[in-house]
Amino acid sequence: MEFLYYMGDVFTPINFGLLLLGTIGGLILGATPGLSPTMAVALLIPFTFQLEPQQGLILLGAAYTSTVAGGAVSAILLKIPGAPANIATTLDGHTMAMKGEGAKALQLSFIASAIGGVFGVLLLIFLTPVLAQWALAFGPSHLFWLAILGVTVIGTLDSSSVVKGLLSGCIGLWLATIGFDDIMGAQRFIFHPAVSGGINVIPALIGLFAIPQVITMFTKGRCSDDAEIISVQKHPIRLAFVEVFKRKTALAIGTITGSIIGLIPGVGGQIAGLVAYDQSKKFSKESEKFGTGHSEGVIAAESANNAMVGPSLVPLLTLSIPGSPTAAVLLGGLLIHGIFPGPDLFMNYPQVAWTFIDSMLIGQVLMCIFGLYIAGLAASVARVPHAVMAAIVLGLAVFGSYSVQNSIGDVYVMATLGLAMYFLERFGFSAAPLVLGLILGPIAEANFIQGSMIANATVGTGTYFFTGWLNWLLILIVLASITYSVWMEIMARRYTTKDDAVAKEEALS
Amino acid sequence: MKKWIAGAALALATMTGTAFADGHGDYPERPIMMMVSYGAGGATDFQARIVTMTAGNEDALGMPIAIVNRPGAGGRVGWNWFATEAEADGYTLGAYNIPHFVAQSIEGGVSYSSESFEPIANWGADPAVFVVGADSEFNSMEDVVNYAKENPGGLTFSGAGLFVGHHIAALQLEKAAGVKLAYIPNNAGGAGAMRAVIAGEVLGGVNNLSDAFRAQAAGNVKILGVFDLERNTEFLPDVPTMMEQGFDIDNASVNFRGVMVPKGTPQPIIDKLAATVPAMFENSRVQSRMAAGGSPMHIMTRDEVIAMWAARQETLEELLSGL
Repeated sequence: MEFLYYMGDVFTPINFGLLLLGTIGGLILGATPGLSPTMAVALLIPFTFQLEPQQGLILLGAAYTSTVAGGAVSAILLKIPGAPANIATTLDGHTMAMKGEGAKALQLSFIASAIGGVFGVLLLIFLTPVLAQWALAFGPSHLFWLAILGVTVIGTLDSSSVVKGLLSGCIGLWLATIGFDDIMGAQRFIFHPAVSGGINVIPALIGLFAIPQVITMFTKGRCSDDAEIISVQKHPIRLAFVEVFKRKTALAIGTITGSIIGLIPGVGGQIAGLVAYDQSKKFSKESEKFGTGHSEGVIAAESANNAMVGPSLVPLLTLSIPGSPTAAVLLGGLLIHGIFPGPDLFMNYPQVAWTFIDSMLIGQVLMCIFGLYIAGLAASVARVPHAVMAAIVLGLAVFGSYSVQNSIGDVYVMATLGLAMYFLERFGFSAAPLVLGLILGPIAEANFIQGSMIANATVGTGTYFFTGWLNWLLILIVLASITYSVWMEIMARRYTTKDDAVAKEEALS
Repeated sequence: MKKWIAGAALALATMTGTAFADGHGDYPERPIMMMVSYGAGGATDFQARIVTMTAGNEDALGMPIAIVNRPGAGGRVGWNWFATEAEADGYTLGAYNIPHFVAQSIEGGVSYSSESFEPIANWGADPAVFVVGADSEFNSMEDVVNYAKENPGGLTFSGAGLFVGHHIAALQLEKAAGVKLAYIPNNAGGAGAMRAVIAGEVLGGVNNLSDAFRAQAAGNVKILGVFDLERNTEFLPDVPTMMEQGFDIDNASVNFRGVMVPKGTPQPIIDKLAATVPAMFENSRVQSRMAAGGSPMHIMTRDEVIAMWAARQETLEELLSGL
């Protein structure tokens, strides 16, 4: 219960002020496309040079928590995920916004985020020693199977058919091979210097989601120039709480999946939301409603991506190994004050460590309060006319892509992919599986190469990838996931008439 | 406008009595960018941020230095960009890692070599060390090599990538001990390589002294040897060098980090930077932060770095020709 002892430190004027600053700033940064949590934290590092260690960490921790949640704002209102963690939120969140339920979707997402986030931090507080062992359990072979599990999700994710989903996933996997390969340093498909570093996920994400939106807005804007993008109905916060607690399955699946995936070094929050979304879709009684603006989709995705925040710090705080890029930046923030994270951290610097963790707990609550306030403002965002909105989004898209590494090449990549996606969407392909392919490709590839190098030096490839309970558990989940998808596809075909299929196709385009 | 600035600069230069005929007298007049070819949070990034934090002081450059990360493929992405696209105007600096970029240029497939860059100053030297898990049966390099002799090609050990300092150290060990080893490059850099050792995925690993020192303090690893000419008295006085353990290995794998500019940067700017930057590294605030973070410093001037680059080029060409 040591964490309660240091709880008071969070509420000293300076600490609490920094916590507020980090939370509000984080929400704004998170809502800006292109400013991922890692970047937001990296931007704040220089400010922590001047602060006390615990103050600096409070600022960074608050920013980390709220940028992850803030990404939901643009994901829901504009269908542009603020960071890879929010991709799954667009699937139901934006469809809800299209139906006029934007405020409701935002409220749900912030409440679910806070619940997931608090659960994740509580795991960090109570189960750190156990979780540290779990974080080490995932070797190259397990990460490879985990990535393959992600690939099985691709087919069923937000496309008009499994085949189209798989096709766009394959395009994503191919895009992931562009550039220098991470292990051997071989050059692949580099036709232009802009892609010599590979396709960066953030510019790709912005281009694939934002540009088709922008083009659509411009084309609509010409027909009726006073048209609002979306109407937003008012939604009482009380009902949002009722709704979240009614959807217990989605909330539980999201929170637990997010916590487990957040723990695994190297996979992180990028796929936590998507895996949680897919799992809750499969377990839900109303799985056919997913993708049509169903509240469970938003709840699962957002609770997962915030639940991942706490556990993702476990490898850093106990083993001194940063498990994610954001954790690596936080490590820098600790080292600069001469604090070495490790098992002794809580003994040597209890005040720093516990205040940091406590502030993340309080930060979740603050994030929820400010988030709900932002949800109330959503209506005014929606009143902006199409043409103006399109210009703003385009500006943000260029800014976001450029700022990742100050590179105009990334802007070209963003624009090219976006333009291509506009036409692909016309044919019923969608962006989410494509980005998932782009994210999973390098994880699967690098871990396969590493695994097979270790295997060749020791036990042989077959034995390495197919022994051990964790490998088999993951293989079984992969098989179950494929079987389920195939089964659903066959069932859907059996009961779908040609007219239904045509109607569905027309509704999409 | 440009003429006006040049004129003003000239006037200023004559006023202060230092006559820079080509108008670089008041460099720098805007913030400077420094490219780091590794991700935010990595050792190079972390150290680059510390050593440049006092750049805005009046006794240093008088303008802040902003760090921009261009990570990818063991640094190749960033250095390729730096050699081909970065503007040689003095406002684009880069961080170098020796032996990484020299080894990569010898290996080929990149558009840079040591000819593409002009060194300014060196700030740190991080030797490679050999680590094994805390509960490993190996207690000295001799144990490691004996195991490798019994299982040729079966001793798996991790490192940050191919053609980086850790890989060079691995090649040197193979050559000096006359054994075949299985070097497993990690895609997640030094942190990923360290994780593989702690998790027992590999039997050992080559890693940075600074990171290994932290992991040892956390009780996760044992450090068996340093790939350097002398022991590190500051952080690891008890760990013997490879030479002491009977392996003929020099300091070719030591990771030197410093600042450089692209070839073609005006000479007056290079001179100005070469004069100010080493002094900036000497700043007591920089020194204390680096010591607190467990990062060994090693300040070298431009002339010393030029000599060091040339020496590394020769050693690495010889070492890598055997591949």
